[in-house]
Formats: sequence, C-alpha cells, structure tokens
Amino acid sequence: MKRSRIPVTLAVLALVAALLLPDNVPVSAQQNVIKIATQSPLSGGQSTLGVGIKDGAQLCIDQQAARIVTGFRVQLVPFDDQAKPDVGVANAKNLVTDPDILLVVGHLNSGVAIPSSEVYNDNNLAMISPANTNPLITDRGYRVVTRVVGRDDVQGQVGAEFAGKDLKVKSVYIVHDKTAYGQGVAEFFRDNAPKNGIQVLGFEGTEEKANFDPILTPIGARNPGMIYFGGIYDQAGVFFKQARAKGIKALFMGPDGMDSTDLPKIAGQAIVGMHYTTVAGPPAFYPGAAKFIADFKAKYKRDPEPFSAQAYDSCWIGLTALANAIKAAGGKKPTRLQVTNAVRNIKGFKGLTATYSFDAKGDPDPAVYFVIQIVSSDPAKWGQNKLIKTLRIKPPAAKK
Amino acid sequence: MEWDILIRIFPQVLVDGVTLGFVYALIALGYTMVYGVLEMINFAHSEIFVMGAFVGAEVLLIMQASGALGSIPALPLLVIVLAAGMAAAGGLAVAVERVAYRPLRGAPRLVPLISAIGVSFFLQDAIRLTESLWRNAFFLTYPTIAFFDERIRLVATVDISVKSLTLIAVSILMLVGLSLFVGRTKLGKAIRAVAEDQATAGLMGINVNGMISLTFLIGGMMGGAAGALFGVQYGTINPYTGFIPGIKAFTAAVLGGIGNIPGAMLGGVVLGLLESFAASYMSLLSGGAFGAEYKDIFAFSMLILILIFRPRGLLGEVVREKL
Repeated sequence: MKRSRIPVTLAVLALVAALLLPDNVPVSAQQNVIKIATQSPLSGGQSTLGVGIKDGAQLCIDQQAARIVTGFRVQLVPFDDQAKPDVGVANAKNLVTDPDILLVVGHLNSGVAIPSSEVYNDNNLAMISPANTNPLITDRGYRVVTRVVGRDDVQGQVGAEFAGKDLKVKSVYIVHDKTAYGQGVAEFFRDNAPKNGIQVLGFEGTEEKANFDPILTPIGARNPGMIYFGGIYDQAGVFFKQARAKGIKALFMGPDGMDSTDLPKIAGQAIVGMHYTTVAGPPAFYPGAAKFIADFKAKYKRDPEPFSAQAYDSCWIGLTALANAIKAAGGKKPTRLQVTNAVRNIKGFKGLTATYSFDAKGDPDPAVYFVIQIVSSDPAKWGQNKLIKTLRIKPPAAKK
Repeated sequence: MEWDILIRIFPQVLVDGVTLGFVYALIALGYTMVYGVLEMINFAHSEIFVMGAFVGAEVLLIMQASGALGSIPALPLLVIVLAAGMAAAGGLAVAVERVAYRPLRGAPRLVPLISAIGVSFFLQDAIRLTESLWRNAFFLTYPTIAFFDERIRLVATVDISVKSLTLIAVSILMLVGLSLFVGRTKLGKAIRAVAEDQATAGLMGINVNGMISLTFLIGGMMGGAAGALFGVQYGTINPYTGFIPGIKAFTAAVLGGIGNIPGAMLGGVVLGLLESFAASYMSLLSGGAFGAEYKDIFAFSMLILILIFRPRGLLGEVVREKL
C-alpha cells in the first residue's frame, strides 16, 4: 500500500516556512534615535511634487533637528506611496511596526492620505500633512491628523468667487479626475458657482490621460465661458493643450493640483493666462522663505517644488512638538500619543510660510489661499507667476 | 437644446472616432499577423507601440534641441519620425521574438503567453529607466509642429486638424500596402504558407523562422508607426501609455476576426467609432447620469454582443484562409 506523502510534505513545508519567514516580533527600539517618516510619491507621474516634499523635510531635519531636539538623533525615513491608496496603506502598516517612528510628514494626495491616516489613527501616530486639502482629512476629527494647508471646500469657493466676481465668467464646464481630491474640489466649485452668477453647463469625471477628443467636442459645442479642471497637472496639461488645439476659447481654471513646473512642459502656450487657486504659493511668495530657497538650491541643485516649503514647515512643527514632548516626558523618549498631543498644542508657531495655530480638528487657523495667474509657457519662469489675490480664511467649523 | 448639440457635434465625433479607429487598426495589425502565423497573442505588442512613440518623440526633441526642427518642412519631418519609429519598433519586435518566443516554440500554448506578459512588464520599466536616466523625466511631450495643428474646415461646424488627416492618410496607405504585400508578393505568399502549415511550408523550401521574423518585423513596424502617429496626435506619452490602446487594439483584432488583416482594420475603426460616440453622447443622452467614463463599458458591451452573434469576428467567417 502506498502511503500518502501529504502529511510529510506539509510538515517539511511548515519547517521551511518557520525557518524562512521573519518572526513577528516588532523591530526592537533604538535608545536614542527618533525617526520621522515621509510618505509621498517618489515614482510615477506626480513624483516631481512627491520628491519635493521628501527633500523639504530632509532639509528641515538637516538644519533644525540638532538645534531643537536634544538628546536624540533624528532620522528621516522616506516612503514611496506612488500616489496610490493601496501602496500608501501598505506603507503605513509597515511603518507603524517601527517603534522609533514618532511622526509622519505626508502625503501629497488626499486619496492616499485618508485611508493611510486610518492606520496612523489606530496607532496614535501623528501625521502632519504639507499638501492634503480634502475636507475629510480633518473632518473625521482624528487627533493624529494635522495639516498646514487650507481646504478644498474653501478653495472651490475661492475659485468660484474669483471666476464670477473678478473674471465675470457667466458659464462654466467642470471636468474632474474622479479622485477624492479632484472630484471634491470640483464639486465645491460647482456648488458655489450659481451663487456667483455662473451657470454650470456640465460636470464630468474622466480617468483618460491621452485622448480627450470625445469629451472636448460636446464642451466646444456648448461654448462655456470657462473650463474648470479639478485634478492634477499631468492630466490637466494634456486636457488643456488639446482643448486649445480644438479651437476652444474658454478661460481655464483649476485648483492647486495645477501647481507644477510640469504643467507648462506638457501644455505649452495653452495654459498661459489661466488662473489657479492654491493653498500653497510658490516659495518665492513667502517673505520668510528666501533663505530656504537658497539652501534648497544649494543642496539639491534645483528650485524647490510647490509644497517643499510646506513640507519643511510640517517637519519643523513636528520637531518642535517632539522637543516639547521630550521635555514633558522628563528627557525620555515620548510615546506616540504624547507626540500627537504635543502637535495639537502648538500655538503661534512661526514657520517659513505662515504663523501656525490649529483648530480642534487640525486645520490651520487661519489658512491662506491664493489666486495665481500663469504668465509664461517656459517652465523656468514658473516662479514668476503672478499673485492675483491673497485671502486669509478661518477653517469652517466641524460638521457633526 | 440638448438635441441641437447632439446633431451639431455628430460630424466632429465621427471624424474623431475615425482618427482613433485608425490608430487602433494599425496596432491591431501587429496582434492579428502574429496570431495568424503563430496562433499566439503577443502581449508585448503594446510596448512595441510605445517604443515607436518614444523614438519618434526623441527624434523630434533632439531636432528641436539642435534647432533643426524649424528648418525642415513638415512632410519630410513626418517621414523621418515615422521611419525612426518604425525601424526601432520593428527591430524590437524581431528581437523580442528571437529572445522570448522562439525558444518556446514547441512549448504548450500558455507558455509563450506568460513570456509575452513578462516581456511587456520588462519593456515598460526598461523604457522608464532609460528615459529617466537620459532626460530625468519619463513622460515626454511631442514638440508642437505648427503645420500639423492647423485645422481644415470641412463644413461650418466641423473641422479636422492636419495631423488627424495625416494619420488617416498614412494609416490607409500602410494598410493597403500591407494587403498588397501579403496578397500579391512572393514573400507574402510564403508568410501565408507558414501560417497555414509550418511543417509543410518548411518542406517546400520556405525559411520558416525567417518568415516568422518577417511577420514580427512588419507587425512591429506598423505598431511603431502607430506609436509615432499617436504621439503627434495626442501629444504626451509615458512608458505605460501603450497598455490601454494595446488592449483596445487587441479587442479590435478580435472584433474583426483575429488572424484576418482587413478584419483588423474594420475592427479598429468600428471600435474607435463606438468609443467616440459613447464618450460624447452618453452624458447628453442620459442627462449626465452616465458620463464619458462609461465609454469603455459601452464599447465592450457592444463587443460582447457582436461576438455572441458572430463568434469569429466581423470578417472571421468570410475569409477562410488566415492572413
């Protein structure tokens, strides 16, 4: 009789697995090291901004960490979230297992930050966001979440007001990229348009990246005064370029996702004269950032990207909170919860881009919004874009 | 008002759909020829298409950097870009066949398929790596050539850009040329013989491996031409651009009857039109409930319907002989 080999095989497999798989004991803590993680897209179409965030945080640690945090060595651990929610969450689950990580600076994309911050929230790990504008980031009321930028609902409102009152636009066609960010800001623009005398001719989402003909033909036939694109430059650039090539004469407008030197690289002449609203002006707009720009250029041999200065500030706020938490813990390494509380207690912090205080949800109070006009199709002149309007607006109260 | 728009944009949507359809048709040829000869689906074909697009872009960008772009008239420029794209893509297709498919010739059907998927991933990231090292950016934008962006007014509300016209004209020329080549020349006859029966064709003194390489070369060249034309038409490319048009073109090949050259052309144009009309009309007809993003669902539902009634594709039963 032939004996079944299955039990033997299983036993061998189990043995091999036990030898090969890493044991589930968390990484052992190092005594005098504190790590700050960044999460942003370091690869893919949005990596220009994502790398800018990582580099801004790195520069902050180089310049500020030793001065502010005493008794501990602070290290940056960059993670690549690829602008994808699943990757961001996988990274989050991975990084919470490292007990030395006491703070996250990130993300670039709201669609990634929202699910990832669920993981941080479960682990009391503080996240300071240099770029996420979706209302849900803070409206969930998580104590771990703080951001240094404004919100899409206010940004959509600022955009619609500017289009209606300053540009005297009468009709708009709204296109968005179907992400939490793009669709979110597009919806707020749509909701605020009628109040400002603008008729909404259409509202459409698309994930298309190359051929916008089928979307543009009906838009052209309706002849809107303005096309608003709720989305990111890599898609918007192609869209605007093809719209002009099709002979559409409408004004163009978008949210802060337009803010990259890659937009003129992709769209060329098509976007000259268009407006965008943003929660983070180019670094040159901030009086306090001149030294930062010079230092950034010296270290990385290129201009800081949008959000680099905000990443620097996020990290700086984090370092200050770390120092406060260490002091409160009597010089010992603080827990994640202590750091989280210390971040929320920061008041009147003078950063590069603003003086920061936060409301109970973690929104900056007040937040700064800009309307900017693009002046040139030359990417090198992106920093010279014209600042049309600056608004300081209190965050809306928490909706319950 | 909505009906008014519906009728007004009809000719424009038709023109855009035909343009897109010919891009699909050119790519579909690569799938259909390889299937005709080897009964294998070359999933790396979408990257061969992208290769053509990248080489075309590089040629234009290098010419732009050296200042030669403005001094060359548009048509010779197009010929140079197409030739470069076709040469690179054709060469790549032959190399892929030699390295990834020929050693697996005798293996079960699924093995070269897996190999093709692997090659596809490899090429995507190889292109990304090379471009990142070379230009520090892996999405490229085709330089604007004023001549191609001019628009020709057909009637009051319809115009067509010179580049769309060029794309359609070049595609038709290539498709006719290919049909003549396969149908009327000795080499074409040899390819058809290999498609019908490799062993017997070999016994008749036909160089089977040579003919297979030639099939890949031609399919790759068509794909490369499609890539360069796609770049000129739509402007921006990245290493992953090929995936969606590749899938669509494969669908077009199946729709027309895979292994059948006129079928691939027909399938491409039908799919392009379906997609274009679905995207432009869906939201108008449904009052905004279904947006343009449902175009693929609509196009692929039609495909399923067509295949239920004509399981071998639109032209699959008309022509008995493959290719």
